[in-house]
Amino acid sequence: MSHKAAPLNKKFWTPGVLVMVAFMIAGGIAILARFTGGIGYVANLSNARPWGLWVGVDVATGVALAAGGFTTAALAHILGKHFYEPVTRPALLTALLGYTFVVLGLLVDIGRSWAIWKPMFNWNTNSVLFEVAMCVMVYLHVLYIEFIPIVAEQFKDRVNLPGPLSIFNALVNLLLKMADAILDKIMWIFVILGVVLSCMHQSSLGSLMLIAPTKIHPLWYTPILPLLFLTSAFAVGYPMVVFETTIVTSSFNIDSEMEVLSPLTKITTFLLGIYMFLKIGDMLIRGTYVYLFDGTYQTNSFIVEMLIGVIIPWGMLLFEKVRRSRKALFTAATMIVGGVALNRINVFIVAYKPPLSEGGYFPAPGEILVTLGLIATLMFIYRVIVTYLPVLQAPKEVSS
Amino acid sequence: MKINRRNFFKVMGATAVSGSSLAALPSDLTAWESKAPPDPYGCLVDLTRCVGCRKCEEACSQVNGLPAPERANCQCTIFEKKRRPDDKAFTVVNRYFTGKLDNFDKPLPTYAKVQCMHCQDPACVSACIVGALTKDETGSVRYDVSKCIGCRYCMVACPFEIPAYEYHDPITPRVMKCTFCYDRISKDGGVPGCATICPTEAITFGKRADLLRVAHKRLDENPGKYINHVYGEKEAGGTSWLYISSVPFEDVNLPALPDNPSPKLSETIQHSLFSYLWSPIVLFSTLGALMYKSNKSNPENSNGKRGTLEEKNITKGGA
Repeated sequence: MSHKAAPLNKKFWTPGVLVMVAFMIAGGIAILARFTGGIGYVANLSNARPWGLWVGVDVATGVALAAGGFTTAALAHILGKHFYEPVTRPALLTALLGYTFVVLGLLVDIGRSWAIWKPMFNWNTNSVLFEVAMCVMVYLHVLYIEFIPIVAEQFKDRVNLPGPLSIFNALVNLLLKMADAILDKIMWIFVILGVVLSCMHQSSLGSLMLIAPTKIHPLWYTPILPLLFLTSAFAVGYPMVVFETTIVTSSFNIDSEMEVLSPLTKITTFLLGIYMFLKIGDMLIRGTYVYLFDGTYQTNSFIVEMLIGVIIPWGMLLFEKVRRSRKALFTAATMIVGGVALNRINVFIVAYKPPLSEGGYFPAPGEILVTLGLIATLMFIYRVIVTYLPVLQAPKEVSS
Repeated sequence: MKINRRNFFKVMGATAVSGSSLAALPSDLTAWESKAPPDPYGCLVDLTRCVGCRKCEEACSQVNGLPAPERANCQCTIFEKKRRPDDKAFTVVNRYFTGKLDNFDKPLPTYAKVQCMHCQDPACVSACIVGALTKDETGSVRYDVSKCIGCRYCMVACPFEIPAYEYHDPITPRVMKCTFCYDRISKDGGVPGCATICPTEAITFGKRADLLRVAHKRLDENPGKYINHVYGEKEAGGTSWLYISSVPFEDVNLPALPDNPSPKLSETIQHSLFSYLWSPIVLFSTLGALMYKSNKSNPENSNGKRGTLEEKNITKGGA
């Protein structure tokens, strides 16, 4: 690449940022309510419906959409396709923030947030959730380690702590340089580890629901759920990169990176194709297509997920014309991202129907505010980081 | 991102050694095995005997220190809505009209008590992230609040929709469910509160194996009276609580369930993939080899911004 990553030189407080702050405050109030009145005070969760929006969106969808991190790392660093280097940093940042907010979402959702460390010492290796939790915990640390060189690149020999803290400048600088030098040697371990851990927990997230066969609609309940979760995570990684790069580059009015994104989505036609093949094949083999036209909200949600989220965008991406057009590519990528997000919501919320208890589930305003607040905070921090750290590609005219 | 050759072989060597030493261990990758206790207690509920007096609810709340049952003496309007066990009641009795008529053509009610079934291979125990739920030798599925983090995966997993949650406790909520009166039945001669009080002997406490014999005997000796099925003998791999009834079990909210123990599929997948972490180790090694190869084949391709040193190493390694 002729140009390299650099901090963004843009005005920070825009009307969009103020909207984010408004959502953050609203979400903060809802979280405060949750920790004073209990989960039941803000959420519509019940004994029959113990998992809702927070698990379905904040956790399951969050993990899936953070897949851009490990899929781009695998491509650029492991398979050595250095051409794709420019998108690895923003994808890494998205993954890092995504997983951080998965944990924050979990802290709100679990009843005893202060006990979140207990799985480290009380192992139940039979539990799918235990494996997911361990992988997510280790992977989050791997992501932070992978991010250290970016911090070092910006602040090495330039550490300037405010006020009285400035006496530590030399020490912090030394630590930063040491960490950077050591990591330079062993970073490949973390890169591979990140991909391995991602494969493990992305698939295991799908295994979570296998223990409740009578509660999950047969259109989704299949023994290959873990495989479907893994392949859909592979498939959504690059479209997610396209989705956020397009939003970020248009919102900051910087280079659109189309020369990287177009070939990237060519790989997606293959990855999404595998997922589509498995998903449709599974439906045909198990004969669950008989439910397709039941007309219930569940089956309709499945049709939307497959048609708009998988089949149509896959067909679109087959055309070179679509892959070269910024608008068309963004549309297809958005549909894929939406399709995988809807798949996670479907598996964890829509497909879940306990047969013995009455009453459905729709998220309460408090739940929605918490989720929106967390997403707004994530976007806010993303903006802060790209403003001050070399994550996004510097505009060409400056660096060349 | 480049691999230093020496480090690469160091780590890969360690991976391979740990991998091969693990392979030498006796393999438990074979078939899934039940972890059910050999001779648990159980309760046999005979729905033809239950008259809906709700004394079991009252005894339950007394033994377990729960609030008194909702309208404890009511045996009529309380039945108008179907109730489920919750964080304040470990057992509830519901009334069902299943189409049976008495001699005067009046609809005959069937009453059914519902509580934790204490599965032989419980889904909740398998699901619990920290092992806060355990299946005891007595047959009781026990909950250890000191380990619980409140993830509520047990509630997702339970096929009987039994575990309830204290949703309105902001900091220290608990999972609440029938304890099978563990403190009583773990002592000699101890009997659960509900079984002690039942005036019609609709609830019989004893060893599960004995109760199965009793149940089948009752079915055999009263041809035509009962549905020819002991609910809980095979459901979800078997439960400590057993039901016999004259009306179809689905009609009294006892769900039709597969005979497979609930945890079998997910545990089989988890253990065949992750025993001794063999698949992550294989994946790590494969990716390492790929990365080494791709870096060796085109070192100049790598963004040489930082790490000329590594490039030297790699070139040296390739030579």
